Amino acid sequence: MPVGILGRKVGMTQIFTPEGRAVPVTVVEAGPCTVMQTKTLERDGYTSVQLGFGEKRENRTNKPLLGHFAKANAKPVSYLREFALEEGENLTVGQEIKADMFKEGEIVDVVGTSKGKGFAGAIKRHNFNRAAMSHGSMYHRRPGSLSGTDPARVFKGRRLPGHLGMERVTTRGLEVVRVDAERNLLLIKGSVPGSRGGMVLVKRTTKRVKQAK
Amino acid sequence: MNIIDTLEREQIRTDLPKLKPGMTVRVHVKVKEGNRERIQIFEGLVIAIQNGGLRETFTVRKVSQGVGVERIFPLHAPMISTIEVVREGRVRRAKLYYLRKLSGRAARITERRKGINVSEG
Repeated sequence: MPVGILGRKVGMTQIFTPEGRAVPVTVVEAGPCTVMQTKTLERDGYTSVQLGFGEKRENRTNKPLLGHFAKANAKPVSYLREFALEEGENLTVGQEIKADMFKEGEIVDVVGTSKGKGFAGAIKRHNFNRAAMSHGSMYHRRPGSLSGTDPARVFKGRRLPGHLGMERVTTRGLEVVRVDAERNLLLIKGSVPGSRGGMVLVKRTTKRVKQAK
Repeated sequence: MNIIDTLEREQIRTDLPKLKPGMTVRVHVKVKEGNRERIQIFEGLVIAIQNGGLRETFTVRKVSQGVGVERIFPLHAPMISTIEVVREGRVRRAKLYYLRKLSGRAARITERRKGINVSEG
């Protein structure tokens, strides 16, 4: 199996566990992903597989890509991503990877593109504190002093307003609460980066997992 | 159909009576004590219902040893074994929070009369 799978964030809801607790979950439609290409140590210097996910119209696909898809005998897909392989594993082109590669209770990392916030101030972007809004303050949400008179310049990396969001974000250590193999759904505890409908990568965690009691 | 809706619909319970504010109910709650599971009954007046599909909750108020106790139950939670409707009261609003300030005789709610005066209820 590859270390991860491609999916689409569907949205959030809650489910009840058998113990009766309500758990907030993010629903991810994970797979089916087709293996589009394999990379081998001899040819490429490392091993991995390229997975494809999501439907794409044929007339929207350029010819080089169509040829690439034809090699795997697969329909055009909108996303192609490479995943490392677990040790000793071997996959052939055209094989399908489904959500059932994960089991319930497994810990995963989820990668997505965070929601774009546009040009954001220092308070929203860097969790700065706000000054008083009243009592004659006249200084509300500004970032404060940038530097001193001694260096007489602004140091690089000074946290200032700027573009926020719309970047690759990884949330680590999330629990897979339920796997719906039939509908290819993963129910992951907690929130996941990105907007609904956004592409996400669900990977086996690289975090050291606490042993179950 | 929308995947989230489908998932939520699968979990919605249809075996419970339709609750209304003003009802006196006995909620049978499953309580886990170690490995044993037993049923605890919480009887009181439904003073509020918070709709929300799968997330629907209802608030039950009772006066226990002179102290008002309110418990909010998720309606579709598996911890609820059954709900018995004991009485149906005639009330004129959806949230009966005004009862918190009343006690004794003033906090009573008249029973809804079936058949006659239905329009009044």
